[in-house]
Amino acid sequence: MSEFFTETIVISILAAMVRIGAPLILAAIGELIAERAGVINLGVEGMMLMGCFLGFFVTFETGSILAGIGAAMVGAMLMSLIMAFMAITLRLEQFVTGLALNLLASGLTLFWFRSLLKTIGSTQPNIDLLEKAPIPFLSDIPYLGIIVFSHNWLVYLAILSVPICSFFLYKTKYGLELRCLGENPRAIDMKGLSVAKRQYLAVLFGGMMAGLAGAFISVGSSIRFVPEMTAGRGWLAIVIVIAGNWQPKWILVAALVFAFLEAFQMHVQAVGINFPYQILLALPYVVAVIALMHRRARSRAPASLGVAYSRGS
Amino acid sequence: MLEQLQIKNLTKRFGTVIANDRVTFDVRRGEIHCLFGENGAGKSTLAECIYGTYRSESGTICFNGELVEFNSPRDAIQLGIGMIHQHFVLVPPLTVLENIIVGTEDAKVLLNTQKAENKFKELCARYELKLNGHAAIWDLSVGEQQWVEILKALYLDVKFLILDEPTAVLTPEESDKLFRILNVMKRQGISIVLITHKLKEVMQSDRVTVMRKGKIINTVDTKSTTREQLTHMMISSELAVQGLKKKINSESTVVQIKKLDVRGPRGGYAVKDLNLTLNSHEIVGIAGVAGNGQKELFETLVGIQSPESGEVWLDTEDITHWSPAEILAAGVGHIPQDRYREGLIGQLSIVDNLLLGMHRSPRFAQRGFLDQERVRAFVQEQVDQFEIVAPSIDTVVGNLSGGNAQKVVLARELFQASVVLLANQPTRGLDISIADYVHRQLLEKRKEGYAILLASEELDELIKLSDRIVVMFKGQIAGEFVADNPDLEQIGLLMAGGNL
Repeated sequence: MSEFFTETIVISILAAMVRIGAPLILAAIGELIAERAGVINLGVEGMMLMGCFLGFFVTFETGSILAGIGAAMVGAMLMSLIMAFMAITLRLEQFVTGLALNLLASGLTLFWFRSLLKTIGSTQPNIDLLEKAPIPFLSDIPYLGIIVFSHNWLVYLAILSVPICSFFLYKTKYGLELRCLGENPRAIDMKGLSVAKRQYLAVLFGGMMAGLAGAFISVGSSIRFVPEMTAGRGWLAIVIVIAGNWQPKWILVAALVFAFLEAFQMHVQAVGINFPYQILLALPYVVAVIALMHRRARSRAPASLGVAYSRGS
Repeated sequence: MLEQLQIKNLTKRFGTVIANDRVTFDVRRGEIHCLFGENGAGKSTLAECIYGTYRSESGTICFNGELVEFNSPRDAIQLGIGMIHQHFVLVPPLTVLENIIVGTEDAKVLLNTQKAENKFKELCARYELKLNGHAAIWDLSVGEQQWVEILKALYLDVKFLILDEPTAVLTPEESDKLFRILNVMKRQGISIVLITHKLKEVMQSDRVTVMRKGKIINTVDTKSTTREQLTHMMISSELAVQGLKKKINSESTVVQIKKLDVRGPRGGYAVKDLNLTLNSHEIVGIAGVAGNGQKELFETLVGIQSPESGEVWLDTEDITHWSPAEILAAGVGHIPQDRYREGLIGQLSIVDNLLLGMHRSPRFAQRGFLDQERVRAFVQEQVDQFEIVAPSIDTVVGNLSGGNAQKVVLARELFQASVVLLANQPTRGLDISIADYVHRQLLEKRKEGYAILLASEELDELIKLSDRIVVMFKGQIAGEFVADNPDLEQIGLLMAGGNL
């Protein structure tokens, strides 16, 4: 076991942690904004899967990864528009709507995968991997250079999204309005501001981020698309928002913890240590359950989360 | 132009209920104008129409001499109208300053907290308020939260401020302070509309407008009126014909409430040191504005809430700590204040709702299975007897009209109760014919020997039905009257917190 913790392997695990954490961070930051606005979007998984497929398909058809990422974001946003319409305009049960969207994405992407992406013999269509873009100078820093600054640009975007989100929430007027919205939308309404407009924008932003996260999983870290490729990462993003107590910095920490467990597990398997890997595979989810139980005691969930606002009579 | 606000013939309905009926109302620049009336008189609705929360169906609003139409509070805010709502509109985890500046023009894209803080401090100094701008709302006392609400309005430089029962949550000292603040505002030329049902506050205003049942009764100068005149205007003078009830002499005590103390939702006492006796063949009416402990008293009597101290006796048994099921089984029926929230399950059918509480009795269930035939026969019988109008007995209760929904509650509770009936606002929101039906049912049960406790905000209803009337104010019994020919002014005074 001691040979396992060599310098190379530890650095490799940490670098993998950052890479694996990136889509979790993107999706969780998007979900955070939606939940801060008072809408709980359980359709993240589906929106990620949609982004995952569209990202791959459009890249494959056009040869442009940027076009693929753009399509992923737009596709997931359209799904979040359905979510917003159901939850905000029609005031339907948000849980059910989110779950329905997941089923929709699951079915649609499988259908499109079978009908649009023809396998030629046993070879599936594939694309070029999104190139790594090491940052000049920073990537030369010992250890940190490899762990943080030698990934593709989507990873940097994910990491940057945390301080940007934090700044937006706590230092801008729109962030203040958003924080009020999830706690007491009436306070926004009675100042003469539109509750619905702000909630729509927040949910759409959440969808866009989920799409981006999905695109990362297909075009950002793979050359193929396989059905159900997101494999529960959207759900993990929702758990991360809760475990991160609805605060950007703790969301970053939570995402990295889950990503670390995953990276660790992969390396243990790869190195071939004699240890039942099923236990390691389950680790992130076990931690998720523990994190949730811990959080229950002193949750800072937005008070009006999941409750449709109406001015009432 | 003396009048800052002029409203002509404003009408606002909610469904079939007319909340404001051709209301004509004006406010002069720099005056404190009280809107006085009982709960449900339409005061808050009128205020929300002025603030743009609700849109009126007809009528005109003139502000500063110009005809205006408000589609949202934004329109009102832009004209300098502010409102302090009956319930706080604050965001508890955020700080005082954040609550004040959200949505104001001072906040550009980036929050300029320094500028906001300076203005906040200046306002605090001018109105002699001590508040820490960086404290979170949930760390503040209820009184301090009210100052934040006021600062929110002042921060927007309001010229016209509506306060909807602002003292409901304040201590007497804080209420005095509020009036000092209001007088400072008045000197600065701010017009103030104060909604209240407390006489003490009304007497500190310049003019009073009395509302009753959605209509304006009168507007008078406070100096030229008296408490008695105002009370008389507030409560209905057209009392319904009496004679429905005949005096019945049977004075065996059924329920005894001894020194009852019940905690309220906010920690203080909702019911304090309350003693009351209910006799058979008797209706005891509780007069008082809702929120003075009636709900807590009723819930304690049926076992939903636990009293902090005191006793409740039913005949010879101490039922103070019995469960709701045990109390129900002992023959106590309860018509709760909010029929949709506490009396019925809106998504279930008439059958299910009528059966609630009886679903385990051997009459309807054997070995855990409901005897559908027997249940349906029973329900049909009740629906016929109470003339519940519905497409079928499987109709979902939420789709019934208010009157028919209340009849379902009535049918169930009257069937289950055999000794005592507790009715809290049983006719609220019902039209006259259904209300009359409820009245006759209560009198019928009185004749059969039930002891009935009836709380109502409508004095004429209490006088029509009760043998005795007690006035409840802040959880205590402020006075007791024989219902034959009670002194209405005195009852009104006690309801508004006055002394005899």
